[in-house]
Amino acid sequence: MVIGTEKKVLLKVDHLKQYFPVKSDSIFKPKAFVKAVDDVSFHLYEGETLSIVGESGCGKSTTGRAILRLDEPTDGNVYYSGKDILSLNNKELRKLRGDLQVIFQDPFASLNPRQTVKQLLNEAMAIQNVVETPKRMERMLELLGYVGLPQEALDRYPHEFSGGQRQRIGIARALAVNPKLIICDEAVSALDVSIQAQILNLLKKLQNQFELTFLFISHDLSVVRHISDRVMVMYLGKIVEIADKKELFDSPLHPYTKALLSSIPVPDPVLKRERVILKGDVPSPIDPPSGCRFHTRCPFATEKCKLEEPALRELAVNHFVSCHFAEQLSQ
Amino acid sequence: MMSEKNSPILEVKGLKTHFFTKHGISKAVDGIDFTLQKGETLGIVGESGCGKSMTSLSILRLIPSPPGKIAGGQVLYKGKDLVTLPEDEMRKIRGNEISMIFQEPMTSLNPVIPVGEQIAEALRLHQSMRKKEAWNKAVEMLKLVGIPSPEKRAKQEPFQLSGGMRQRVMIAMALACTPEVLIADEPTTALDVTIQAQILELIKNLQKKIGMGVIMITHDLGVVSETCDTVAVMYAGNIIEHAPTEKIFTDPKHPYTQGLLNSLPKIHEDQEQLQTIEGSVPSPYNLPAGCRFASRCPYQKPLCHLQKPDLIEQNDGVKVRCWMYTAEWTNHVEKEGVVN
Repeated sequence: MVIGTEKKVLLKVDHLKQYFPVKSDSIFKPKAFVKAVDDVSFHLYEGETLSIVGESGCGKSTTGRAILRLDEPTDGNVYYSGKDILSLNNKELRKLRGDLQVIFQDPFASLNPRQTVKQLLNEAMAIQNVVETPKRMERMLELLGYVGLPQEALDRYPHEFSGGQRQRIGIARALAVNPKLIICDEAVSALDVSIQAQILNLLKKLQNQFELTFLFISHDLSVVRHISDRVMVMYLGKIVEIADKKELFDSPLHPYTKALLSSIPVPDPVLKRERVILKGDVPSPIDPPSGCRFHTRCPFATEKCKLEEPALRELAVNHFVSCHFAEQLSQ
Repeated sequence: MMSEKNSPILEVKGLKTHFFTKHGISKAVDGIDFTLQKGETLGIVGESGCGKSMTSLSILRLIPSPPGKIAGGQVLYKGKDLVTLPEDEMRKIRGNEISMIFQEPMTSLNPVIPVGEQIAEALRLHQSMRKKEAWNKAVEMLKLVGIPSPEKRAKQEPFQLSGGMRQRVMIAMALACTPEVLIADEPTTALDVTIQAQILELIKNLQKKIGMGVIMITHDLGVVSETCDTVAVMYAGNIIEHAPTEKIFTDPKHPYTQGLLNSLPKIHEDQEQLQTIEGSVPSPYNLPAGCRFASRCPYQKPLCHLQKPDLIEQNDGVKVRCWMYTAEWTNHVEKEGVVN
């Protein structure tokens, strides 16, 4: 975190939209779209960790993929250090991907099973051409040291490692090209708690060491609370709330955030909380509810919520919320 | 909560489930003892591979065999030993008196049969209901678990329902015959938190209504703390601590339980570093002779590597499998002191 001085915006996402066409039963019907991400704008400061949380289908992973152009976004702009990522050609994009790396949830699926760790790391460095060939061996050993793997790991294949170790390999590969921004897409969700703690500590250590910026995508709120500086909550392709971590967890403004926070089971039987249990399921993103998308499940919904879509408003310093009645509800 | 009633409904004694594979014998469950009281919720927690799911499958004799085999022990239900019960009698108990909910509702429901029909089938088989009667009861069950417009939903196939609704169908099916024991194997792991909260609330309410005993198998300590009366912590095929839920969280005894709780990120406080447990779980093919946690334990002594400790009940009713809570520990320390 930068203290005192003005924080530099590293990544700016502007009105990002990602629609996926769905098959309709008749060719005469108008084409339907899943609006996975629908008009999302936010920015990421250099050196911070911004988390995106939400339930399955809220568009958090799609946002991450769209930023990297793993899927081509339908509309909107993404600026990285002032450059518009979406207008780059393939060659420029490949160069830029050296700065933007990603760590996926399933380390088994994201590592080539037929490559040794050495080949995996070597390939990453070769593509980005960050280290000269003779120095690569040295660099690989250095990387293994950073992520806490033994030197012998170099000649082994992914299946020989445990889940936690595989995730370390994934992290080493991401670090190999000296990235500035790492998108962690559910990077610790598949791991057991004791291993999860190891990986979270490692990510924090590496962030300090290399001044990395993290976009941390997760559904686990206690993990998010641990790792983030700021948190963004999404629901059905829209941002419902963005705030500093402490602010969001201590005084959430949006009814959805409140419900989400109160539904987490807390490992403390002494603590008795008032629980908001939401009714029903998340509606289909093909035909999202009109007005505020949360109105079908919101205990405070009124006629206005059904008709008018709430804008994302700044209610407190750096605390944005999209709810018509956030002020009244916070009292 | 209900344990003072003291009417055990299910007793597991020295249960061992081993897998005989070409790599050797994998001791997935290696001597488990616990008792489930009527109306009690027992949590079984542990990390992947500790044998918690295999324990539940062993109780209902659903172990894939071969290579799996119940190698020893007893599962006593109403005076009958389920391990040695003939298959046709076992079938009368399974899904009727002891039911199970699985983690993945999509793979445990038949994809081509309407969900109402699947529930009705259980009722026709176990309760010898007529077709019409069974169907009505199935619709009633769907209503009970909170599915909107149950008449319509009963006629739909699983793919037409959302994940949360499918899990509700599974619960409706498991509870249709008013079982005495419900085994819930990670019932909410595949669901989102807001849906998870609904499902856990539902299981709790239904338990109160029917008064069944519940075995809740999970890796999520948060779920345990909110639903269970007592908790058994498993590690490498053994129960290493068994205590009332509050005790586990306020005064964990076994170093593994302590480590597990410390490695959780806390939702209500900030920490710079999370504590971790070094090392990893021993392979079930090659378990150490001593305490199975010894190599990762911060308090390990030579004694721990020599002999496996027993699950011993302490003065406060907590059972723990650790040398630290035995007389041998202090003796051993003194002996060492003499040597030095």
